Amino acid sequence: MTEDPSPPSRDALDSPEESREESLQQSTRRSFLAYAAAAAAGAVLASCTPEEREAYLQKRFRELSKEDVAKVVARLEAEYARKYGKPFKVGVEPAIPRTLFGYALDLSRCIGCRRCVYACVKENNQSRRSPPIQWISVLEMDKRTGVDVMESNLYYDPKEVPREGHFYMPVQCQQCRNPPCTRVCPVGATWQEPDGIVVVDYNWCVGCRCCMSACPYGARHFNWGEPHLPPEEANQETHYLGNRPRMRGVVEKCTFCIQRTRKGLYPACVEICPVGARKFGNLLDPESEVRYIIENKRVFLLKEELNTQPKFFYFYGV
Amino acid sequence: MPFVEFTVNSVRTVLRGNRAYWLWIVFLLALVGIGGFGYAHQVRSGLIATHMRDPVSWGFYIGNFTFLVGVAAAAVVLVIPAYVYHWKPIKEIVVFGELLAVAAIVMCGLFVLVDMGRPDRLWHLIPWIGHWNGPGSILAWDALVLNLYFLLNFVIVTHILFRGFNGREYSKRFATPLILLSIPAAVSIHTVTAFLYNGMAARPYWNSAILAPRFLASAFCSGPAIMLILLQVVRKIMPIEIKDEALWKIAELMAYAMFVNLFLFGAEIFREYYSRTEHLLFFRYAYSGLNGHRTLVPFTWLALFCSVTAFLLFLIPRTRKNWVALNVGAVLIFAGVYIEKGVALVIPGYTPSVLGEIFEYFPSRTEAMVSAGVFGVGFLLYTLMVKVAVAIMTGRLSSRRSEAAGV
Repeated sequence: MTEDPSPPSRDALDSPEESREESLQQSTRRSFLAYAAAAAAGAVLASCTPEEREAYLQKRFRELSKEDVAKVVARLEAEYARKYGKPFKVGVEPAIPRTLFGYALDLSRCIGCRRCVYACVKENNQSRRSPPIQWISVLEMDKRTGVDVMESNLYYDPKEVPREGHFYMPVQCQQCRNPPCTRVCPVGATWQEPDGIVVVDYNWCVGCRCCMSACPYGARHFNWGEPHLPPEEANQETHYLGNRPRMRGVVEKCTFCIQRTRKGLYPACVEICPVGARKFGNLLDPESEVRYIIENKRVFLLKEELNTQPKFFYFYGV
Repeated sequence: MPFVEFTVNSVRTVLRGNRAYWLWIVFLLALVGIGGFGYAHQVRSGLIATHMRDPVSWGFYIGNFTFLVGVAAAAVVLVIPAYVYHWKPIKEIVVFGELLAVAAIVMCGLFVLVDMGRPDRLWHLIPWIGHWNGPGSILAWDALVLNLYFLLNFVIVTHILFRGFNGREYSKRFATPLILLSIPAAVSIHTVTAFLYNGMAARPYWNSAILAPRFLASAFCSGPAIMLILLQVVRKIMPIEIKDEALWKIAELMAYAMFVNLFLFGAEIFREYYSRTEHLLFFRYAYSGLNGHRTLVPFTWLALFCSVTAFLLFLIPRTRKNWVALNVGAVLIFAGVYIEKGVALVIPGYTPSVLGEIFEYFPSRTEAMVSAGVFGVGFLLYTLMVKVAVAIMTGRLSSRRSEAAGV
């Protein structure tokens, strides 16, 4: 925030003669400053390459026309190809009609192996170090205390899992139907898609981190430094609202692998789980597996009292 | 061109001063330099240069921001009695309060800016040009009301000084409505800032209905504390008359505000420690430590000690009217509220984190440097504005004088 460049002197209100002179003087001052500011901004933008200028002035993804989206995709694909030395595809597949994605996780099966964590990192191009970003946090809990996140251990590191007397609870974005994170965003850079996935426009996020404070599940992560994505490990199949490479200073989160699920594939974490603890499907389809689980198993929601209405259901299969 | 003349003469005024003045200016410029150096490092490496991480995603910057919103809001403590009740002894010093509000809001803006991951995208926040995500986003509202409050104070104070420069009283028709508007505006900026925390159900430590009243009460202590000291400095080094009664009255108001502040704090403490729900964890982290993590404990107790001591000093008329005790009290209140808002509000909200992790945050050197720089900018701005204001209010700077001098 800077000072108002033209402090209005309001003698104008008192004497009409002065007022004309004042307002004239004021308007010249104001327009002079406006021109100066525009010129300065113009000079900075002129020193950029056309791509940089376009990137800087890009509108919110939701407001882009079809042609603009095509341009943005082309620009991003070229940028990533240059940066990582291999071709990238940046998809913009929209939500599938009559689809509301839901997830179910079987706490009686999960063994805490963290394979989902690493598969997610690989699939979704998360930063590998300084600091590493992981969208899934697996909490180790004591069987005697039951589900109590405040008593859980995020950094468990035994030789073998599962550890005697413990069980494991992976936590990731709960894709709330009443998401506290999207509401707090001052610039509307994050929202819920028609298929229920909460997404972030990395090119619009200002990095204020309000959403991180608002999220009760620790599901949002910030690129504190320059993300480290080794080119040989980069996943080239991406989505604009999902796993495309991120930049420093923006927030990111689980998108139910939007680049996969909108093409009818399972999320990477579902596919990798060695014990079949993770289930995924369309909540609007009465025949889907998640619907069967909700209707027939002992299901609970994490922090249900906050009324976030997650589409992520924990259950006990056995 | 009276306004140009006013501007030129103001610039000329700030370029003249004695050795103490220039030493102070050089000191502030050094702070600004340190801040610039720190910020350059942060821009190069990203916010990783701070000690904030995912579990504690706001820290020292936002704490300072919150504190300074309170300082800015507290300008109304001086505005209400002075203008609404035409209260003689305080009237002339209200200008200093409003200038303080202007400087504080500039610092608030800078603290938000240095905390942003993408300061280059600041324009996204501007309504119509970017995208204003109201009415749901409290931060969007905060940006709006802070800018309006800045504009309001800036216009009022410029009007009064410009009129004074021309040897005239300020226009009641123009200024009074604005001054009246500035009172609810001051309350609103701090309330909205409190709501920024208050509205987050994910953080039980902030999700308390008395957070906004606590914010206001503590602001009505810290803002006037700064004024109390600044006004003594002003009347010592500059030829301007500020009556003792005015300063004592401010101190008395501060005692009431501090009582309310401590009472509300006590109400919060009772609720947490008596009901002993899981939410007690955050208070325990702040006041007694959690699983051996005690980084914050000395600070929170120091803040409480400062506030209680200052309350007693300001409550008793004899100590209130003793200059040493008064100044000690002002410093204690300032320190108490600064720790309360800058450290003890933000960090326990995150510790333990929403997933039960205890990440002990303490500001990095870069954060300290940048913050020093922001304070440098604010105090520099304030010093220059006060210099002009004093020159005008003492009649040393006026349009007639500059005519006489052949300017």
